Amino acid sequence: MKMLKIHLLEAKYEFFKVMRVPGFVVPTVLFPLIFYVFFGVALGHQRVPGSVMLGKYLIATYGTFGVIGVSLFGFGVYVAIERGQGWLQVKRTTPMPISAYFVAKMIMAMLFSTIIIIGLFILGAVSGNGVIPIVEAMKLMAVLIPGAITFCAAGLAVGYFAGPNSASGIVNLIYIPMSFLSGLWIPIWVLPKAIQKIALFLPGFHLSQIALGVIGAGRGGSMLPHVIFLIVATAIFLAIAYAGYRRDEGKMYG
Amino acid sequence: MRNIHSVLPACLANVTKTYDEHVVALREISLDIHPGELTALLGPNGAGKTTAVKLLLGLAAPTTGIARVFNADPRDAANRARTGAMLQVARVPETLRVREHIALFSAYYPDPMPFAQVVAAAGLGGIESKKFGELSGGQKQRVLFALAICGNPDLLILDEPTVGLDVEARRGLWTQIRAFVEHGKSVLLTTHYLEEADALADRVVVIARGRIIAQGSPAEIKSHASGKRIRVRTRLALDEIRALPFVTSATNGGGTIEITTASSDEVLRTLLARDASLADIEITSAGLEEAFLAMTSGAQAPAPVRTGDAPVVHQK
Repeated sequence: MKMLKIHLLEAKYEFFKVMRVPGFVVPTVLFPLIFYVFFGVALGHQRVPGSVMLGKYLIATYGTFGVIGVSLFGFGVYVAIERGQGWLQVKRTTPMPISAYFVAKMIMAMLFSTIIIIGLFILGAVSGNGVIPIVEAMKLMAVLIPGAITFCAAGLAVGYFAGPNSASGIVNLIYIPMSFLSGLWIPIWVLPKAIQKIALFLPGFHLSQIALGVIGAGRGGSMLPHVIFLIVATAIFLAIAYAGYRRDEGKMYG
Repeated sequence: MRNIHSVLPACLANVTKTYDEHVVALREISLDIHPGELTALLGPNGAGKTTAVKLLLGLAAPTTGIARVFNADPRDAANRARTGAMLQVARVPETLRVREHIALFSAYYPDPMPFAQVVAAAGLGGIESKKFGELSGGQKQRVLFALAICGNPDLLILDEPTVGLDVEARRGLWTQIRAFVEHGKSVLLTTHYLEEADALADRVVVIARGRIIAQGSPAEIKSHASGKRIRVRTRLALDEIRALPFVTSATNGGGTIEITTASSDEVLRTLLARDASLADIEITSAGLEEAFLAMTSGAQAPAPVRTGDAPVVHQK
């Protein structure tokens, strides 16, 4: 019970901590919603060829974009800062279980993901371009929120190798090109063939394909390759993060 | 049944710590923190104070030698619960409020202090709802102090708690630290201010370049550090000089005798009376800090002074 309480309290304050930082909330939470207003609300009444309305399609892709942002920034930037500027060390002198530190950040990322997705649902419904039935909405959340795990792992890997001042820049260098190349801003089928090939190697693309699939906007075909890709990518990111963690511990205990 | 009172809260035994295989931070250090005492580890920047703190907090392991806290590995979960620490930290989450920081840290510990008691003990009344980033330097240090004591620790480790603070803020924190010690807790405090060690400590350990160069009561260390240094060529025997009034210590330094004293006038008068051939008189006059710096700056350092069990320092 005590352990559970520590994990939940850590998550609560992690959420408060980042919620009060405009530099975190504006790019990660507001940008997906603003982009949706530009493209989903303004242009979303068009129909994706042979599929759903663009406004509905973009809820899945901007939802993916939002999940990636909060996860990458929440882990990449904050782990790099707290590790590099001594705060993590202060926490390590307390009986705090190290799992609480990571689990709290993951719960925080998932809470922000939920906020972004619900925001997109509201914009879609209000504009009439992205009305999603409740069952599909639940499925979409059930895909995107656990989907955060892959990008939390990626952020953790960045956080363990980037310096406190460079982390934010590095995360942006990953976040923005990957989002574009994965077809999260502009639908993948509009992009040149070369980019469509690159997308096959990006986790953002694979998560968005699963998300599109559960709201009836997928290309058909099995979800399994996408799921396997995400699991393998997560394992690789965690392995990199673990190497960084071991390196840090080595500095401490070596 | 072991007697809990006989267990040293913390000790380093013959500890050497090297970083990256050639930077030696500590050389053969042995340091005991006694129960119910405030021990000050005094030394200039780069002396190895923070390294000693990290070893005792289990944030680093000795290269050779042993670090123990309550007779166990400093990293033991039980030790983490019994130890509070205030480290030098470049950045603390600035958007959390004081009360939130304290609530979170208190939750880590099995038997935390009540919130109101933490606020009172750290002097945080009236600023509980401020965000950390809105606080002054002194207030920030008091919050870090609150986080160190909120778990009601038996051992408190403070790494340069007042560095960078103005005089008023420094004295404010001293009051909080003193109040904590009065509850019979054991404290290790590192500082490079002799005044701070003097104001707070029961025992002072002076460290320079990774070695312990002196230890004793604050009065002993102060008298040693505050004394003037006389260098003379004399035919008087070393033992005779040591026995003179006001002489703190005397060492033979290649033809000349080096005398540390609380009163250079008195000692010189006596020396001249006894040895008409006294020559090459050189008196180094130093204030507290200067004398301390002279004592801790490498090559010119006098032989280690030990007090207590081996009374080499002659108190006058």
